[in-house]
Amino acid sequence: MVEDVSSRILNSSAISPKAEVRNLDFYYGGTVHALKNINMMVPEHKVTALIGPSGCGKTTLLRCFNRMHDLYSGNRYGGEVLLDDINILDKKVDPIEVRMRISMVFQRPNPFPKSIFENVAYGLRVQGLTKRSAVDEKVEQALKGSALWDEVKDRLNDSAYTLSGGQQQRLCIARAIATNPDIVLFDEPTSALDPIATASIEDLVNELKQQVTILIVTHSMQQAARLSDYTAFMYLGELLEFNQTTILFNQPAHKRTQDYVSGRFG
Amino acid sequence: MAQAELPQKGMTQLHANVSQRQLISASFAILGLLVIFIVLVVLLALVVSLFIQGAPCLTWQFFTSFPSSNPEEAGILAAWVGSLLVMLVTMIIAIPLGVAAGIYLEEYASQNWLSALIEINVTNLAGVPSIVYGLLALGFFNQTLGLGESILTAGLTLGLLILPIVIVTTREALRAIPSLLREAAYALGASKWQMIWDHILPYSFGSILTGIIIGMSRAIGETAPLITIGALTFIAFLPPSPIQAEFPFISLEWLKAPFTVMPIQMFNWVSRPEQEFQVNAAAAGVILIFMTLALNGLAIYLRYRFRKGIKW
Repeated sequence: MVEDVSSRILNSSAISPKAEVRNLDFYYGGTVHALKNINMMVPEHKVTALIGPSGCGKTTLLRCFNRMHDLYSGNRYGGEVLLDDINILDKKVDPIEVRMRISMVFQRPNPFPKSIFENVAYGLRVQGLTKRSAVDEKVEQALKGSALWDEVKDRLNDSAYTLSGGQQQRLCIARAIATNPDIVLFDEPTSALDPIATASIEDLVNELKQQVTILIVTHSMQQAARLSDYTAFMYLGELLEFNQTTILFNQPAHKRTQDYVSGRFG
Repeated sequence: MAQAELPQKGMTQLHANVSQRQLISASFAILGLLVIFIVLVVLLALVVSLFIQGAPCLTWQFFTSFPSSNPEEAGILAAWVGSLLVMLVTMIIAIPLGVAAGIYLEEYASQNWLSALIEINVTNLAGVPSIVYGLLALGFFNQTLGLGESILTAGLTLGLLILPIVIVTTREALRAIPSLLREAAYALGASKWQMIWDHILPYSFGSILTGIIIGMSRAIGETAPLITIGALTFIAFLPPSPIQAEFPFISLEWLKAPFTVMPIQMFNWVSRPEQEFQVNAAAAGVILIFMTLALNGLAIYLRYRFRKGIKW
């Protein structure tokens, strides 16, 4: 069988990247070398999945994008993450600026113990939007965007904790998209949810990529295969393979990728 | 009973195993009930006997009279006004300083040997006997700063005394807020202060309030440090009124006034040889208990009001 090897190689010039990771290294507490020389792209208006076995560094990589590691002392970055040709890891860039453009949805739903409305409005208020009508409009937009509006429009002042787990996670998505970020990071957003809630979140991610660029960490290969356009496979802190999802799953270049995506380990 | 094997799966053996464990569980419940009962009975007996002894004295006149050498005429006017004013100064000193220090130590200070040293010292200060604060206040506030035997000196002393309690409980309250919520705020682009002010401070306010009230309840019953700084035991006038008829309408003269407080008044009566004064002491004790109770009630009410705003 003659195989066209060149078709398996990622044609990077065909991608228009929203963000680009170049020679990224990351150290926890200055000693644990958690990410080793990562190079990848986050294509615009696509869903890019990070997969790999537990402890491979996929969440660590995700949290580099919004400088979450800066919250804990001793962590150190090397290399670059470029967003519109600006290295967001640069010391001169305030992590707050980065987080205003790259928002995040966490593994477990973590709404604030405030009203549904205030949860979504918080990101807008932080950025200084105070005009009541403008806030109202953006909140409604975000809740519609996260397919929650019809369920909550009559009880916007109820506590976010009165919502079910799946609704809470969609509220967190609304909160994350309300400020029109460039990229939304998802850290295993469905791992705490039941299959039906998971399906609705997945539909939502599919919808959202029209508006924003999405980077998602998932431990479920089926989810990565269903949702993503591009996939990066990570192993022991290294990025072994990055390609279009169909190619990475069907014709992986590495034996390890093959073993992982076929469920032989992980 | 040491068992080398798991119990046999037969119903009777399982039953024996389970009922033995249930017995241990039930005996602890009984023990706990017993202990609570004993504590309650002792406390209740104390309060009731105090109340019965002091009842004849609990009249309106008791609240509106100055102390007197005649037990029938003696009252607690100077004492409760003094207690109230001292507590006011204590609150104004201890709450902002304590909460701010707690926030700084927990959220801003970098974790190094210096902050560890401060932490040990603050915790230690919470346990220092109050008389030591009295001595410090006598030397520093009373003499060096020349504030005299005034309400201000007393408030500063008690404020200092409960400051460590407020700091420690503030830190613990902030620490109890899950990091998921902090990260959620940060991820939306909040600055550290926005994260604190909009989130963890309101969420932990109920617990911080509890710490403040515990501190205040301790301060209201303190006697030793106030005697040390020279509080009067017999006083027949009130501090000048804080409100004036003419501009600027508010006067701070009362801060410089001599004073006495409830526990000192009570101590003074207890140490009198005349039997009749014991009745006055008991009545003052009842009032002091109710003042503390009112303080705690207020805290519970505020906490309830506040938790309604926070939608857990």
